[in-house]
Amino acid sequence: MSAKTILEVRNLKKYFPIQKGVFRRVVGHVKAVDGLDFVIREGECVGLVGESGCGKTTAGRSIIRLLDPTEGEVLFRPGEQEVDMAKLGKDGLKRIRQEMQFIFQDPFASLNPRMTVGRIVSEPLKIQGIGTQKERMSRAGALLEKVGLSASQMGRFPHEFSGGQRQRIGIARSLSLNPRFVICDEPVSALDVSVQAQVLNVLKDLQQDFSLTYLFVAHDLSVVEHISDRIFVMYLGKIVEIADSQELYESPRHPYTEALLKAIPIADPKLGRRREALEGSVPDPSNPPDGCNFHTRCRYATDLCRSEEPVLQGQQGNPEHQASCHYQNELQLAGYMARGAG
Amino acid sequence: MAKGDRLLDVVDLSTHFRTEEGILRAVDRVSFHLDQGETLGIVGESGCGKSITAKSVMNLVPQPRGSIVGGKVLYHGNNGTVDITSYHHQSREMRKIRGNEISMIFQEPMTSLNPVFTIGDQLMEAIMLHQRLGRAQARQRAAEMLARVKISNPEQRLDRYPHEFSGGMRQRAMIAMALSCNPQILIADEPTTALDVTVEAQILNLMQDLQDEMGMAIIMITHDLGVIAGMADRVLVMYAGWGVERATTEQVFYTPKHPYATALLQSIPKIGVRKRLTSIPGSVPDLNNVEGGWCYFAPRCAEAMDICRQKEPPTFDDDEGHTVKCWLWDKQQTGIKAG
Repeated sequence: MSAKTILEVRNLKKYFPIQKGVFRRVVGHVKAVDGLDFVIREGECVGLVGESGCGKTTAGRSIIRLLDPTEGEVLFRPGEQEVDMAKLGKDGLKRIRQEMQFIFQDPFASLNPRMTVGRIVSEPLKIQGIGTQKERMSRAGALLEKVGLSASQMGRFPHEFSGGQRQRIGIARSLSLNPRFVICDEPVSALDVSVQAQVLNVLKDLQQDFSLTYLFVAHDLSVVEHISDRIFVMYLGKIVEIADSQELYESPRHPYTEALLKAIPIADPKLGRRREALEGSVPDPSNPPDGCNFHTRCRYATDLCRSEEPVLQGQQGNPEHQASCHYQNELQLAGYMARGAG
Repeated sequence: MAKGDRLLDVVDLSTHFRTEEGILRAVDRVSFHLDQGETLGIVGESGCGKSITAKSVMNLVPQPRGSIVGGKVLYHGNNGTVDITSYHHQSREMRKIRGNEISMIFQEPMTSLNPVFTIGDQLMEAIMLHQRLGRAQARQRAAEMLARVKISNPEQRLDRYPHEFSGGMRQRAMIAMALSCNPQILIADEPTTALDVTVEAQILNLMQDLQDEMGMAIIMITHDLGVIAGMADRVLVMYAGWGVERATTEQVFYTPKHPYATALLQSIPKIGVRKRLTSIPGSVPDLNNVEGGWCYFAPRCAEAMDICRQKEPPTFDDDEGHTVKCWLWDKQQTGIKAG
């Protein structure tokens, strides 16, 4: 792909201190995000997947500076110039948020119950001082129509809407400033299956209409596959595999990705009977294992994995498909298609 | 009892709630049955009444607002057939059945375990309540149960508190507790919804293994069609308090009859198929004070006919136990699909 890079993340880290005792002495750190490096190109949708506690939400929040990263650079290039989001002050952040927005997971907690929908959607414009009150409201109305609601519903309050409708309101709000880059943090996880499909379709249409770039955070591999061009797989604060979406599902290169693909429930009684389960659970992120993070649960682990940490690197002859596994060129891992579906 | 014997007959069960806005028909004349050793999946979206159906079977409808207003829940136990709805929810008879013969596990294991007691205390409480065992024996039985749900070092784990367990382990502990008295029926209400896919697969495999070993019947309540496909022998699809379709799992997945079941199956993203998702327009109607006399799915149904908006569809049976509550399948009148 020749499209230009819109976001480049270098060595992004976010550690949360663990405090103990009366003096709140720092006794350790939860390494929620531990050194992310990746680029996102203009116009693509990147899926960021992993189990709960792997740091995917923290990563999204650290990029847009809802959390302050501990270390690293977040180079954002909305236009010609480049800014390091990690170093911006308050004014700089306010300006840059016109270009980068966030959609929250919980449509019930992310809308102010005392504000009308019109005010919620036009609030970002007001904060940025754009337009008159009347202009802002007409833009809010247009956006609501765009996400499949009606402009006549602007005077209503969030509690009058269903979960799926609320998520649309959140989407309309995130688009009010005409951003280039939107981070979607599990936007459909809280929704019913039939409504999930509605919201996913809306997100896809909007990406075309507004030429948006998405970072789509999710734990559900089937949803991510549907919407993403490329996928990043995270485990314990680190990215373990980066690949083109289709390629990831057909020929994964990291044993963790393989295990995730094997665990996807298939809605077909002939194929979905028994899934191969990954044993154990995610280790404590304040005390990650030595060597490869994943070796405690990996069926292919050797002594090398237990002592030496692999680096995320491209494959022989395919630099775009990266994995952090010592044996990525030797192992023959089974993809999702090997389960007979698809 | 042998595999295949009838365990439970739920006939026209109705459970209503009194709310500030009026009467909410959470469960509206739902019927199904359950045989020994099989798994029945109840699937539907939030608010369709699937959890309340399960709670009604346990006679655990939230009091005082809710009550079972009609129908029967016939439990064919070792001591003959009883109608669970005829018992007071706190009666001695009900308590004997609940936990002993019919057990339940819930979605969020953290809220159903008591945080101030150890896992062992809670397991032993259930065991001593229903079986005539002393403390030492109950403790031994509790450790056996933890080992059975594949928790390592069961003896030591008995003295741990729920917060020291991971989500998957808590759900295992809940399963251990529910199965500690060898129940005939295990009701699992969204047991894996709060868990990651990898842990979900572990728990579901465990439930299947335990079912093979202990022979209990399972009622699996979930919104996830993938879970149903993997676990259930038969399926009940619920919508807005109604049971809209009832058939074997294969029938529901390969030849669904109700337009809602069809649409639900089409709305799941399929890996490798990158076409636009088919979504169901609109959302579930507000069930407060609805005037009956029409099909609640009609406003969202692509195939809705005039009669659907004027008259509630009855349940049609195809003689092979595949039932559907939809006018399209009416042989006498307008049914265009009844053939």
